[in-house]
Amino acid sequence: MNRELLKFLAFSAMVLAAPLYFKGGYLMNVLVFVGIYTMLAIGLNLLLGYAGQISLGHAGFFGMGAYLSGVLTATYAWNPWLAMPLAAAVVGVVAFLIGLPILKLKGHYLAMATLGLGIIIYIVFNETIDLTGGPSGLSGIPYLELGGITFDSDVKSYYLVWSFALLVILFAVNLANSRVGRALRAVHDSEVAARVMGVNARLLKVQIFTLSAVICSLAGSLYAHTMTFIAPASFGFNFSVELLTMVVIGGLGSVYGSFLGAALLTLLPEFLRAAQDYDIIIYGALLMLMVMFMPGGLVRGIPDFFKMVIKGRRGAGNA
Amino acid sequence: MLRLKNINTCYGKVQALKNISLHLAEGEIVTLIGANGAGKTTILNTISGVTPAAAGEVVFSKQQVASFPPDQIVKLGISQVPEGRQVFKPLSVEDNLELGAYLRYRSREGKSAIHADLERMYTLFPRLKERRKQLAGTMSGGEQQMLAIGRALMAKPKLLLLDEPSMGLAPLVVQEIFRVLNQLRSESGVTILLVEQNAKAALKLADRGYVLETGKVILEGSANELMENAEVKRAYLGKDKKEIWER
Repeated sequence: MNRELLKFLAFSAMVLAAPLYFKGGYLMNVLVFVGIYTMLAIGLNLLLGYAGQISLGHAGFFGMGAYLSGVLTATYAWNPWLAMPLAAAVVGVVAFLIGLPILKLKGHYLAMATLGLGIIIYIVFNETIDLTGGPSGLSGIPYLELGGITFDSDVKSYYLVWSFALLVILFAVNLANSRVGRALRAVHDSEVAARVMGVNARLLKVQIFTLSAVICSLAGSLYAHTMTFIAPASFGFNFSVELLTMVVIGGLGSVYGSFLGAALLTLLPEFLRAAQDYDIIIYGALLMLMVMFMPGGLVRGIPDFFKMVIKGRRGAGNA
Repeated sequence: MLRLKNINTCYGKVQALKNISLHLAEGEIVTLIGANGAGKTTILNTISGVTPAAAGEVVFSKQQVASFPPDQIVKLGISQVPEGRQVFKPLSVEDNLELGAYLRYRSREGKSAIHADLERMYTLFPRLKERRKQLAGTMSGGEQQMLAIGRALMAKPKLLLLDEPSMGLAPLVVQEIFRVLNQLRSESGVTILLVEQNAKAALKLADRGYVLETGKVILEGSANELMENAEVKRAYLGKDKKEIWER
């Protein structure tokens, strides 16, 4: 557990120091997104990587958080700090009630059910035009404010979003190493065996689904308040798949892996701009290569790669 | 301590158990023997709540428990070692053992009691101590079986349901496992319901036994009686019974 704490402190220091290195600039804006996506990927990873339950609808919970916060603050002039927990609570209740029946499903069937859920939520965003503004989006969402500071610049948003992201990381690491984390991995491996050990697998799955949705909702609220404009297109099926890719590429069942996945999938397109029209092809090819050669995700693939390089050098030196 | 009365259990439309009645007294080791598909595992799963009975009564410590979910059953003090071991392969040996005590973390006894039991398991199975940080899936079948038993004992059960602990193991390892079960009985007095294919080893250990065939109890008696029963000898003990075989 001490090692985990050290890891967390080192990571926090890196996060807090990053703006000094980048000195504002365009990349800061991208790093705000990395923070939001890290929260989302961790949320999904708790469900997928630890408990072994797939969801193709998590963009929906992200969107619900964003829209609940957005509508309450922009249309009804609520205090954003009040809207955010309320949104999370509503999303939590919805996820719990939906999770009860659909988490009885397994594998492909669960994938289909959550896919349907995501699509339904997306349609609601699009069609309830009076409330959400429909396809043209919802604007005029206020920035968050705290003690006289308005989080309206990239650097300020960065610290805001990453404070939340770090809390989520700390929470997730603790959860993963607790008795509950053990039970989640047990359910993942063999549900029957977990049940005869006294784990209420059905309830535990619904609980982790709910928790995962709540984390996504928080990320959604932050997204709404840092962007100040939201539109349904950000919360569609494509984004659910992108989230899933982040989790898998980063490393299933690893909290820091989720950060790596989120960072890579957000930064890579920015760097690939240089390749102009070919960026999408290179992006796809890189993802394929990573899945083929790093089946454990970046979090296990990168250390393995360096070990291989070091070994190779030593081998060459000896010969 | 445990009594099953007219239990009927079905998988879909297939009835696996037909009016099963049996009982265990405190401190007893009782074995269920029978061919594949006789319903031995189903009886254990019915008791532990994994496949609830369609009809009939399960009474444990004077309580009706037939409709209880598995976690409630564990809480009452019944722990199952599932068929084929089913250890959690991606988890370490120690994590597996601690999972066995899952429900105890919420009780009042506290972590030190769980820790003491962990050490007790390591004395009972020294191999597990050597491998405490190793992933359970990388161990041999025998070691996994020991882990599965240790994991079930971590719940501090009054009644242990053991499903084919000898399955797929080398004879020497089987001997070791049965030696430990014997030790458990003399040391902690835990009650055991043992399902076995290896009828000889099971009857040697057990006080009493039931013989099952296609979902029904066809014979019951003390282990000695069953061991001497001509039908049991012919069907389940086999060896050296050529004269009966070829009659």
